[in-house]
Amino acid sequence: MPSRSEPAIIEARELTIGYGETAILAGLDFEVPAGEVFAILGTSGSGKSTLLRNLIGLDRPLAGRILVDGAEPAQGLGAPRFGVLFQSGALFGSMTLAQNVALPLRKWTGLDADAIDTIVRSKLRLVGLEGFENHLPAEISGGMKKRAGIARALALDPPLLFLDEPSAGLDPVSSVELDALILTLNRSLGMTTVIVTHELASIFTIASDCIMVDRGAGTIIARGNPAELREASPDPRVRAFFNRQPA
Amino acid sequence: MSETSGPGYRVERVESEDGLAVLRFAGELRFRQCFDSWQGVRELTRPTAPRMQFDLSGVDHLDGAATALLLELRNELANEGAEAEIVGAVGPVQAMLELYGAHAPRPSHKSPPPSVGILDQIGRETLEMFRESNALDFVGDVVVAGVQAVRRPAAVNWADIPRVMERAGADGLPIVIVINFLVGVVTAFQAAIQLEQFGASIFVADLVGLSVTRELAPLMTAIIVAGRSGAAFSAELGTMRVSEEIDALRTLGLDPYHFLVFPRVIALVLVLPLLTILADVVGIAGGLLVAMLGLDLTANAYLVQTQQAVHPWDVFSGVAKTAFFGLNIALIACQRGLATRGGAEGVGRATTSAVVTSLFAIVLVDAVFTVLFHAFEK
Repeated sequence: MPSRSEPAIIEARELTIGYGETAILAGLDFEVPAGEVFAILGTSGSGKSTLLRNLIGLDRPLAGRILVDGAEPAQGLGAPRFGVLFQSGALFGSMTLAQNVALPLRKWTGLDADAIDTIVRSKLRLVGLEGFENHLPAEISGGMKKRAGIARALALDPPLLFLDEPSAGLDPVSSVELDALILTLNRSLGMTTVIVTHELASIFTIASDCIMVDRGAGTIIARGNPAELREASPDPRVRAFFNRQPA
Repeated sequence: MSETSGPGYRVERVESEDGLAVLRFAGELRFRQCFDSWQGVRELTRPTAPRMQFDLSGVDHLDGAATALLLELRNELANEGAEAEIVGAVGPVQAMLELYGAHAPRPSHKSPPPSVGILDQIGRETLEMFRESNALDFVGDVVVAGVQAVRRPAAVNWADIPRVMERAGADGLPIVIVINFLVGVVTAFQAAIQLEQFGASIFVADLVGLSVTRELAPLMTAIIVAGRSGAAFSAELGTMRVSEEIDALRTLGLDPYHFLVFPRVIALVLVLPLLTILADVVGIAGGLLVAMLGLDLTANAYLVQTQQAVHPWDVFSGVAKTAFFGLNIALIACQRGLATRGGAEGVGRATTSAVVTSLFAIVLVDAVFTVLFHAFEK
């Protein structure tokens, strides 16, 4: 398991994020070491998805600075430097799964159609969707959509993967399968994974490090290994979260 | 002792000498039954004694809303300085009280919106509309993306243009043909009634030919396309927006303007003039049908008269402006779609707004072109 001595692939310094001009979280200072599965935790409405949108460059921070792999994560400035799985999968409904996965390859590589087809099949095989190349997103289950979303996010072999609530809405078996896939990607490919979730089972299974944000406090209230935080955090909000108790 | 009752329940007030007033409830306190008679219970608490008890030992059933009414009444008395308590509850009645009484009342996080006058409301809604539509942002983004597309044409999703053209053009052919044919028929009928009186029936061909080619066919076709394709573009992009597909495009390094907006704009700019040429033909055909069946004119006479009356400039001026109609419809629909907020309701709002704004823009552009062409013809 990578340690914090690894160089940071994400750095957030004195970050303030929010909607419009309204700040939700402020004074965020953290870094994500390369090769980790890093979780951003918090209760519903705590601002963790907003933090993710800032990290992937879809929203701009109100103040402070984010560096992803040494550069600001603004979108639309060339080939993507990381993959993103959105909560709903966000597959393009008019395209087959193969076309969805092929899209970034067609855009950003000069590969011919046969080579792209080979890569697409390998990505779909990796996420257990071999044979579903020609299915439309509407023809597959929620869990399969998420896996197809991961295949698309992995199309360009990014060193960093962001996952927004990957287990949300999945049955327990699909959720466990997805966790196993994330761990496999991390261990086999050394891929850094940043995951936004409040699924405790997933957190303890896959995350080696985490931060917990709280909208009431307006900042990060905990940082560390999830299992250690559950046992030893001095903050009652953190203990309540990890032990499924009302605060 | 005084008492009140309602369907299924009874309340009596018993006074003690030590300043204690007990309201003894009996029966079943169900919200639907006790709501109408609750005022009687409230009146039974008057005058307020220094100590008041609600004795629920005779209550067999208490539902959630009735519990809320009881707790509210107790809190009201406590706020007036009385020592108010609920006693005697057992079993499910006690459980219900604990469930509803477990949380202390908290003030609202947000105060209710202040009431505003009609003018104030109109002003606020107008500002909100401009703020939500982000129209200027969109224009700026389109210009920047357009410059990028000129410098790097490969960035545009050209492959999508034929598909959009097929949906906006070929799939819309039946409705365009039917509507424009009927417009030709109606125009010819209206003209025939007047012109027949002067023995000038042949001039129906002039009137139909000119009005169809210069105004009716371009406008009717644009309105149909705004209703079909404008609404479809807006709903499609709006749904993509709320289901995070637009965000996904960005994270894949694909510009939504290059990938989604430009193909739709280019497709409509190409399709609308083509549809209008067809609309010109079927509109004139509608007039021909009326002339042959209703005015006893021969097809040859009607077509020769049309040929003499309608000049290439008339057709060109009608067709040329539809390219701008198409530009407007596509840009407005895409802008509304990309600015969609919220869920299904937001998509519906965006679609309605796209169609209404497109129709307004079509009429406005038509007026501008009419004035310009008029000046040009001089």
